[in-house]
Amino acid sequence: MVKDTKPKLAVYKFSSCDGCQLSILDLEDELLALTGAVEIAFFLEARRKVQPGPYDIGLVEGSISTPEEAERIVQVRKECKYLVTIGACATSGGIQALKNWADVEEYKRIVYASPKYIQTLDTASPVAAYVLVDFELRGCPVNKYQLVEVITAFVAGRRPQIPTYPVCLECKREGNVCVMVTDGAPCLGPITQAGCGAICPSFGRSCYACFGPSESSAAEMLCNHCEKTGTDKPTIVRMLRSFNGYLEPFKQVGDEYERQTVKNH
Amino acid sequence: MSVKPSKTIERTIHVENLARVEGEGALYIKSVGDEITDVQLNIFEPPRFYEAFLRGRRFTEVPDITARICGICPVAYQMSSCHAMEQALGVTVGEPIRTLRRLLYCGEWIESHVLHMFMLHLPDFLGYESVVTMAADHRDVVAKALSLKKAGNDIVNFIGGREVHPINVRIGGFYRLPSKAKAKALRETLLANREFAIETIRFMAGLDFPDFEQNYEFVAMKHPDEYPFCEGRLVSSSGLDIPIEAFLSEFEEIHVKHSTALHGRFKDGRIYLVGPLARVNLNFEQLPDSVKAIAKEIGFSVPCRNNFKSIIARALETLFAVEQAIEILEHYDDAAAPHVKITHQSGIGHGCSEAPRGILYHRYEIDDEGLIKDAIITPPTAQNQPQIEDDLRHFFPSMLDKPEEEATLRCEQLIRNYDPCISCSTHFLKLQLDRTP
Ligand code: SF4
Ligand code: SF4
Repeated sequence: MVKDTKPKLAVYKFSSCDGCQLSILDLEDELLALTGAVEIAFFLEARRKVQPGPYDIGLVEGSISTPEEAERIVQVRKECKYLVTIGACATSGGIQALKNWADVEEYKRIVYASPKYIQTLDTASPVAAYVLVDFELRGCPVNKYQLVEVITAFVAGRRPQIPTYPVCLECKREGNVCVMVTDGAPCLGPITQAGCGAICPSFGRSCYACFGPSESSAAEMLCNHCEKTGTDKPTIVRMLRSFNGYLEPFKQVGDEYERQTVKNH
Repeated sequence: MSVKPSKTIERTIHVENLARVEGEGALYIKSVGDEITDVQLNIFEPPRFYEAFLRGRRFTEVPDITARICGICPVAYQMSSCHAMEQALGVTVGEPIRTLRRLLYCGEWIESHVLHMFMLHLPDFLGYESVVTMAADHRDVVAKALSLKKAGNDIVNFIGGREVHPINVRIGGFYRLPSKAKAKALRETLLANREFAIETIRFMAGLDFPDFEQNYEFVAMKHPDEYPFCEGRLVSSSGLDIPIEAFLSEFEEIHVKHSTALHGRFKDGRIYLVGPLARVNLNFEQLPDSVKAIAKEIGFSVPCRNNFKSIIARALETLFAVEQAIEILEHYDDAAAPHVKITHQSGIGHGCSEAPRGILYHRYEIDDEGLIKDAIITPPTAQNQPQIEDDLRHFFPSMLDKPEEEATLRCEQLIRNYDPCISCSTHFLKLQLDRTP
């Protein structure tokens, strides 16, 4: 049967908003072709039928933030030939990694009436903190065309062609006027990985780094510059600690700025 | 997935992984004889602590952060956040921003409703395990549905900058308004999909619906002249009529005994239903004549108390959103100011909007430095969860003589009537419900 020869794709969810796996269903023009090229063998959000593993490609959305997830991810790794993380949550811990800097017991008390029922780890971590990952796709959410490229590449047995240069370059290519020049606004475009098409600056706003740090991201230099041009330290800390704050060098630089803030007080 | 008859009187249904819902959950029902002894809808969505880590963030950052609560309805989170923040800061956006927000919301409704109707819910009605197998037999319908869904996403892209987690939304309005030329092209796309939106209503009306009427207490927003998105009062089928600021004095979230879930209910203990069926029932008059005419043609009238028919309500709302978007785009002007200026930075504000799955309430307290002091977020699925379980308790007896597979499927279908968006669990997870006799 032809069906059996198609590569098997599995889509897993951990702590996340579903936005990255939704990107698969948002591939309206490509979806029918995709289901023709790969067998969607495990994708709970879309299918009731579950085909048993092992799978050729596993896409993981979400960070690891509970004891159950920490166990499940090990199992997931075992049943997938290639494991790809999709999005900021799975790649950097995501926005929920903000709890990594907080007292989780206090967080539980803020949100729940009976905190003792809540099972959670002290940290929300990237998948790579637990198991070997074959490829990490950035973005909060991922760019769906980059996702197609990743799936296609793994099916073809080659390395995905995903640029690692900064948003700043995409922004220049779009012909935008730099928001740092026009508004003096602190923009993270120079230290954030490309992939979105520089949409924020194209709409006249600064990049807030939802694709995470670019390769050899000069985070410290940019933050020093922002400080000199009028952005205060707590704001810099918050800018770095958002959807990818737990990824280096954002974490290190953010922590350093926080230390300086505390000292100054 | 299994239904185990044991000693002919005791039965359990256990679905370990609920499929085709957004997020992850499980269902457990137990009955002895004709009596349902246990219903558990388990949500094993991990806690992400939004209300906790929002504290200390600057108010301007909130719409981008709360969007990440749900990838399927980020616009709803952004809109409820913006309205709450603007109320706290004493800002009114006025035209044309409010109309453009309605446009953005139209896009989300279309995208989310079409996703749910065709890709998640319709397979239940037509006997397929998923849209993948359904597409093999109904390729044309699926292709048209994908095109309509895309038109919804195109709207969100147009004014929001991208479909999941739009980047163009800010407190006070938008960062930049897209060009008139783009608006024109988008309007053409919507016009091309309008006919299928009408066909969808006729198609959904022809499905087989279980005979399951419940005496629901519907709760939705209501605006004097418009079908509701972001503005209006909160009303219910038994006559509740309050400003959104009174949400917390009328409704509460409780931590159910032996449970780790928060459930929405009235303070007097009554449960209620939010979402498309509630909206259509409470706002039918506000629908445009063209939509009412099709409703009449298919024999749909209110009150409609069968939530299996929520798929028809979604179809009606989809056509409404398509027509509304076409109209807004016709008068679109890119020369307007994209946002109003914010001068204040402290206060308390409430915001409520109609997410695709029902009312989404936010409340924020902002301190003198513009930082969030306290945040409360009540998502639609938390409010519907007690109603889902109540439905199951009433529905399951009719399934007692059905074969295993069918009983399980029907219960799943009932849950999917609510389009439960489990990732909206700002604060609910595993549910255990004790049945009180
Ligand atoms: S990375 Fe962003 S879009 Fe993707 S699942 Fe996480 S929060 Fe959602
Ligand atoms: S410009 Fe920056 S924040 Fe905006 S979408 Fe791109 S990476 Fe994300």
